[in-house]
Amino acid sequence: MKNRLRRTMMFLNAQRASLIKDAYVYKPDSIIFDLEDAVAENQKDSARISLYNALKTIDYRGIERVVRINGWDTPHAKEDVRAAVAAGADTLRLPKTETPEDILVVEKEIEKAEKEFNVPVGKTLMMAAVETPLGVINAYNIAKCSERLMGIAIGAGDYMRTMHTTRSAEGIEMLGARAQLVIAARAAGIMCFDTVYTDLDNMEGFTKEVKLIKQMGFDGKSIISPKQIPIVHQVFAPTPEEIEKAEKYIRALKANSEDGIGVFTVDGQMVDVAMLEGAKRTITLAKASGIYEGDL
Amino acid sequence: MINKVGRDIPDEYLVNGVEAFQGQYYRTGKEYKKASPTVRTYIDPAQDKVVPTLKEAIQKCGLEDGMTISFHHHFRDGDYIVNMVVETIASLGIKDITICASSLGDAHNPIVKYIENGVITGISTSGVRGRIGETISKGRLKKAALIRSHGGRVRAIESGDIHIDVAFIGAPSSDACGNARGKGGKANCGVLSYSMVDAKYADKVVVITDCLVDYPNFPPSIEQVDVDYVVVVDEIGDPKKIANALLRFTEDPRELIIAETATKVLVNTPYFKDGFSFQTGGGGPSLAVTRFLKPYMQEKNIKMGFAIGGITKPMIDLLNDGLIRTIVDAQDFDTTSIESVNSNPRHFEISTSQYANPFNKGAFVNKLDFVILGALEVDTNFNVNVVVGSDGILRGAPGGHVDTAAGAKCSIIVAPLLRGRIPTIRESVTSVTTPGESIDVVVTEVGIAVNPRRPDLLESLTKAKLPVRTIEDLKNEAYSLVGVPEKIEFEDKVVALIEYRDGTIIDVVRKIKEEE
Amino acid sequence: MILKKSAIAGTLESSDAQIAIEPGSNGIELTLSSNVMGQYGKQIKTVVLETLKRLDVENAKISVVDKGALDCTIKARVECAVFRAAEIVENLPWGRKM
Repeated sequence: MKNRLRRTMMFLNAQRASLIKDAYVYKPDSIIFDLEDAVAENQKDSARISLYNALKTIDYRGIERVVRINGWDTPHAKEDVRAAVAAGADTLRLPKTETPEDILVVEKEIEKAEKEFNVPVGKTLMMAAVETPLGVINAYNIAKCSERLMGIAIGAGDYMRTMHTTRSAEGIEMLGARAQLVIAARAAGIMCFDTVYTDLDNMEGFTKEVKLIKQMGFDGKSIISPKQIPIVHQVFAPTPEEIEKAEKYIRALKANSEDGIGVFTVDGQMVDVAMLEGAKRTITLAKASGIYEGDL
Repeated sequence: MINKVGRDIPDEYLVNGVEAFQGQYYRTGKEYKKASPTVRTYIDPAQDKVVPTLKEAIQKCGLEDGMTISFHHHFRDGDYIVNMVVETIASLGIKDITICASSLGDAHNPIVKYIENGVITGISTSGVRGRIGETISKGRLKKAALIRSHGGRVRAIESGDIHIDVAFIGAPSSDACGNARGKGGKANCGVLSYSMVDAKYADKVVVITDCLVDYPNFPPSIEQVDVDYVVVVDEIGDPKKIANALLRFTEDPRELIIAETATKVLVNTPYFKDGFSFQTGGGGPSLAVTRFLKPYMQEKNIKMGFAIGGITKPMIDLLNDGLIRTIVDAQDFDTTSIESVNSNPRHFEISTSQYANPFNKGAFVNKLDFVILGALEVDTNFNVNVVVGSDGILRGAPGGHVDTAAGAKCSIIVAPLLRGRIPTIRESVTSVTTPGESIDVVVTEVGIAVNPRRPDLLESLTKAKLPVRTIEDLKNEAYSLVGVPEKIEFEDKVVALIEYRDGTIIDVVRKIKEEE
Repeated sequence: MILKKSAIAGTLESSDAQIAIEPGSNGIELTLSSNVMGQYGKQIKTVVLETLKRLDVENAKISVVDKGALDCTIKARVECAVFRAAEIVENLPWGRKM
């Protein structure tokens, strides 16, 4: 499913048995099983096998199962793709994407694996992490280069290093990349996700950042602990006013489209069919947040 | 015979009026004559109660082979008293002693050798942890241990089911006449609730303190009129292990989900109204519930009538915020609650009999609206095990579990679906401590189950859109993750009797099969 | 599958299992210790033996120290130990023998 709710994408070290066995209880929208940075170099094989068996066995109850594979310049990536596809992963997350070619080379490998393991060709989605200035510059070309690509994400760690700066509380250093990425994603018609927030004790700072990226138009955020989940979901939950407005739009559009009218007013505001999508998104979010009581 | 929770109680234990468990309120209205101690008078004012050594006090008490001695566990893991007394008894060559303790834990591992060599041959306790539990489970204690709830223990004492020959009461402070308090010394525990009944019903009472204070040490928890001897020792316990300076709030996201859900359960019952009463244990999720309650109380503009039980800082915070009218206290877990008791005019010490004895004329637990309790295992009939580990070894405590569950209008179990690979929610529990008829709601991180005996609660909680599922459904989810557990293998020999609070036998614990 | 050397996989963390395997000549010699032996001992044994069979390992000495791992974790650790012992790092038989 290319388009779905992805407010929270929770990283889990695929090698850690205690983490992966029932992570679904925290109800993130997606789980990212990490084969890359979290896994020690001499445990890459073990993490891959652990991931494969977990995905084959454990029912994650509808949560999207994303696998972060190792970079294509490592000896691990090819086998990562085979294991993830064979296990039926929903999405593969590619690290350090800088050009469309970085995507296309993995896409080819995924297709090969899909054929090898009898997975319908095209079923496995991709997302790309952009972590360098070059990646940010190429964001739009990356975002539109593959049908499999459901979204792009900004990764702050390497980006800070390559930009010769460090993270600040206000996040001004991230502004350019965030803006560029979200614009590129929207232009390409795919989703956009923000980077992790690593200070687990600073919930106030975290909340502030989530509000910021939501306002910028991001669809969600990578997270590193279950305790960050409720905050993101809360920030992304629409207000009662937003829900009410969305309901009115949807109802009015329905009634008017039956009468063949394209543009009309609701509460004195001009409304047209183009606003339907946003209204529907609000209702979906409200439902996911467990606060929707209407009948749409 | 098979009792009401389906457990097979061997007939050899159902003698001398002992019955198998037959329902939580089976003995309501029963009449009985209370036990009474043999007291030696103190008329001549020249008599001195202070004895220079523990050894001398034991000798003066006339402790002999086959007698019963008692202890409290207010000092928890910091207790020095039990080991000190048992070692002295052993050094005097006395044997065949029964210990009647309110609980025994890791601090008491050193007495295992006295179980092995026959100095201690009987144990009655509300809790067994550490190596003592293992030793009993391996069949090394001569007589079957008796596991009694806090209410059940005082019931047994007051009704004469167990007679204490000598009560040893560790006291943070005492005067020379035996007025003893839970505070005012070096190692404070707040209250001495567990010993109050012991002091009234034991033939001889010895107060052991490391802080002798001026007379009179008032208000006393243990009164001079009940005390025979006072012994001053260097240290009664390790203050750091007696009371936590700061109980840490759980940050475990799983426990927080459970606590949040339990709080929502509580506030969506009809009992959540002004004047409601509440008890919670000291476990992670339970403590968090107390914290989560506050905004709901403020939003509804209601106050708690009274809180009881093991008291902790979150409770004291609510009291100080004016959100609790009265705290009645039978145990303190942290320094904040120790400071508060007897200092805050609405925070009172009570005895364990007042707290939970089913055989007095009405204990506090009967007036409880809510209790939040933990569980090692819960079966699909809502029976709860808090005494025997899933490896078959005694390692838990009924404490006030059984008493509060029977008394409260709404008893809520908070427990994770799994502990490691062991399913908490399961077809059958290793041992029954609290009968399913006492349990109303079970809260896990994946959903809640309401006892079918409570259709009213089921309706309220479903209407509130809480994640209500059947207990079978929860069990199935657990089993789908970890597989179906095999039954633990035991030998025939009974090593402990689990007594229900009214004195009937709810289960027996058998000897664990040791690997060759 | 032929084991070429001894190998270890997994950890002693809670919910994990550590597997040590070495080439043998006398069928499968399994030693197992587990903190959930009473309730899951038989099941663990079955999973280990089935996993070895599926990988065509006929002779091996294998020792399992289980800390309450799920079946899928035990299987994963056994597989990892076997591939390490057989010195196979690529083109694992995903979806077929695993």
